[in-house]
Amino acid sequence: MINIQHLHKSFGKLEVLKDVQLEILPGKVTAVLGPNGSGKTTLMKSILGMTLPDKGTIEVRGEPTRHAWNYRKHLSYVPQIAQFPSNLTVQELLQMIKEVRQEPANEDPLVDRLSLQPFLDKKLGTLSGGTRQKVNLVLALMFDAPIVLMDEPTAGLDPVALLELKRLIQDMRKAGKCIVVTTHIMPLVEELADEIVFLLDGKVYFQGTLSELFSLTEKNTLEEAIAHFLIQRKDRTSVNA
Amino acid sequence: MRFPIRFIIPFLVIATFQTLGAVPDTLEVGKKYASIKQALATAAPGDVIKVFPGVYFENEVIIDKPCTLLGVGYPILDAGLKNDAIIIRADSVSIIGLHIRNVATNYVRDLAAIHVEEARHFNIQDNKLENTFFGIYLQKSRDGRVAGNSIIGQAVVEASSGNAIHLWYCKNVEVSNNEARHHRDGIYLEFSDSIRIVRNVSQDNLRYGLHFMFSNYNDYFENTFQSNGAGVAVMFSAHIVMKRNRFIDNWGSASYGILLKEIKDGIISNNLFQGNTIGIYGESSDRMTISQNDFTENGYALRILGSCRDNIITENNFIDNTFDVGTNATRQYNQYTRNYWSEYTGYDLDKNGLGDVPYRPVKLFSFVVEKVPQAIVLLRSLFVDLMNFTEKVTPVFTPQDLFDDQPLMKPHPHDQYSTSS
Amino acid sequence: MWKIFKYSFFDLLRSRWTYFYFLFFMIVTAGLLHLSGQVAAAITSLLNIVVVLIPLISTLYGIVYFYNSSEFTELLLAQPVRRRSIFLGQYLGLFTSLAASFLLGILIPAIFLGHFEVRLWLDLFYLLGIGTLLTAIFTAIAFLIALRQTNRMKGFAIAILTWLFLAVLYDGLFIIFLLFFEDYPLEKFSLIATVLNPIDLSRTSLLLKLDMAALMGYTGAVFNKFFGTSMGMLVSISALVLWVAGPLLGFLRVAARKDF
Repeated sequence: MINIQHLHKSFGKLEVLKDVQLEILPGKVTAVLGPNGSGKTTLMKSILGMTLPDKGTIEVRGEPTRHAWNYRKHLSYVPQIAQFPSNLTVQELLQMIKEVRQEPANEDPLVDRLSLQPFLDKKLGTLSGGTRQKVNLVLALMFDAPIVLMDEPTAGLDPVALLELKRLIQDMRKAGKCIVVTTHIMPLVEELADEIVFLLDGKVYFQGTLSELFSLTEKNTLEEAIAHFLIQRKDRTSVNA
Repeated sequence: MRFPIRFIIPFLVIATFQTLGAVPDTLEVGKKYASIKQALATAAPGDVIKVFPGVYFENEVIIDKPCTLLGVGYPILDAGLKNDAIIIRADSVSIIGLHIRNVATNYVRDLAAIHVEEARHFNIQDNKLENTFFGIYLQKSRDGRVAGNSIIGQAVVEASSGNAIHLWYCKNVEVSNNEARHHRDGIYLEFSDSIRIVRNVSQDNLRYGLHFMFSNYNDYFENTFQSNGAGVAVMFSAHIVMKRNRFIDNWGSASYGILLKEIKDGIISNNLFQGNTIGIYGESSDRMTISQNDFTENGYALRILGSCRDNIITENNFIDNTFDVGTNATRQYNQYTRNYWSEYTGYDLDKNGLGDVPYRPVKLFSFVVEKVPQAIVLLRSLFVDLMNFTEKVTPVFTPQDLFDDQPLMKPHPHDQYSTSS
Repeated sequence: MWKIFKYSFFDLLRSRWTYFYFLFFMIVTAGLLHLSGQVAAAITSLLNIVVVLIPLISTLYGIVYFYNSSEFTELLLAQPVRRRSIFLGQYLGLFTSLAASFLLGILIPAIFLGHFEVRLWLDLFYLLGIGTLLTAIFTAIAFLIALRQTNRMKGFAIAILTWLFLAVLYDGLFIIFLLFFEDYPLEKFSLIATVLNPIDLSRTSLLLKLDMAALMGYTGAVFNKFFGTSMGMLVSISALVLWVAGPLLGFLRVAARKDF
């Protein structure tokens, strides 16, 4: 579904992505893990065409993304920071994005499931962080796009909403969508992820299933497995994923 | 009595002359006589010629004996665009209540509606002059009066237009309550002394509303000079007094409320200067008293060149002028004191009505503009405002000795110019 | 583009800063008309405000708006639309709301309080036109600066300095140059220097429209002659339009190649 070949990206002297090769498949939840600054967000923004690769190719559903914009209709994106025009209402924002995408949308079930109904006529500037994040989710998930990219989608969510988010992700997997999530919440990854991508210093250290990860690192929990990679890096030993 | 005794005398003389002669006859033009010329031919000195309504196509009507030409209901004397309409060559002639029109433009002779040549005791009163090249042309005449006439021209270009009221080598004449419009100059004097110009309106003339040179001891009271091409220009004269006049809207690149050139020992007081490019422009003019005038909304209120000395500028109100004072001099020899300046921002701690810090009316920017005229394009630039402000706080460039040491905190209350015209 | 424009315009239309801006012009205009009683004098006073304040407010507002909406811009960038449409839409939204506040802020009191002759209406419309162009120019400049400078403090500083340069320092250098070369004919230089700076160009052409040429002597006559010809009008309007187009195209070019 998403095919990344030899992707390089640097900001000035800082190399953020180094020769990234990835194949992300539909019907699966792929969790992109890695410490802060490892290049997770840059990877996601590269797929979205928001950052432009220095080298390498990205194909979404077989189409190369360079200089293209229309392929983004296959993508839904939940950005990390949810900031919206503060003087528009939730309803108006939903309307705006619908008009911008010019696609059929089905926001009502999402609004119900995330209990956003009472906020629809509120101005976005008056909403709390958690509510804004829910709006953020609705904005992305109300479209029936085959690929869903979520950058830290749990930020600020209350337990009820978190539970609902998990169910949503599972539903989307069932629907055969390709879901990419970055998160720091390890239990969430253990619960949902079919596929794990571990990024460190802009390189893909590991790609595979959870059990493949455990057997490779000889650990039983995700935390330990990741700690293993980080210690290895400290010892300056290279590991082939 | 409003006018000095020397002005009354001529009329006493006329009266005496008439009582001594035969009983004056009244000749009626438009009834017994078909034309003014006919009546004049038979008239005896001192007769009254009454002209009744009608249009009389006559020109070069020469009056060579003392008499009175009296229009009844404004009869029209049409000069048919040929010569002068009336020429007065005798003393004690009165022309009253005529409507004179169509005097030809002539590049060689100064044709006029009423030409007065070397006469005395004339009285030209309440006539309407229309399209007459020159209106009333007085030449080497004295002891007369031009009053209440309305003189409306059709001037388009300076070179082919005449003056409404023109005095050349005259003495002791009263010019009052006339209206002069659309000529080259409204009122023009050359080599004419002891003239009183009172309550005239001179407006919309191509060049000057009032223009004189070499004319001393003249009084200008309560006149209005408005929207004239170049305003008012007065030159090479001494002992003139200008009071309660209004100089309004003389706006143009070479236009002045009043331009003084080599004017000495005069008084300019209680006048209004409003909306002129330059209120008073002074060049080589000395010992003038400029007091109790109002200068409002002029480009420059005063532009006094370095060649002017010993003038006193006091008790004037300077309100909302772009520049209050402009000068090209770095040293100056005029006295500015006790004026009101609307831009003054000083304080008066002892509450004596006088600001405690002097006011410097020359802005740095106007000083720069004197040096480099092109800098005027930065007029109203924020930089210029900052520059002026800095200079105001610490004057470095503007004339050190040009300041009002006792600026008034409130406008000076003084007699106003006449507002009725 | 129009959809983005529509919603950012709606958003800004409800912003209280837009209201402040609108109210500011309304109060100032009403005050000037009421106090001076003379429309011509009020227009002259408005000129100073328009020529100095519109660039300043447009620049600052542009910078703040761009930075504040940057996260939302990212969300929009993830949508299937061209980058150019997003940025042009936002630019037009800001420009339109600022221009509308300014235009209405002056027009409403003018209609109710001003006893205008036709000529003065024309002068006022000229002033409004110039103000609108200045709004377009300085919002474009602000967007360009904000886009190139991700450090907000730096961006803010650069924006203020840009305004300071065009509104104040430029004229300082101008005068110094004139004083330095006072022995040379400087009409042409002054004309060119004026046309090059949008603030100077706006102010001078407005002053000439308001019949200040008389006060400006020979230089005024030269300027009047220049601005009076269709060639001069064309040159000055082109200069202002270039001042809109230059920063705007630069902004779009940078935006096309930028990583968000």
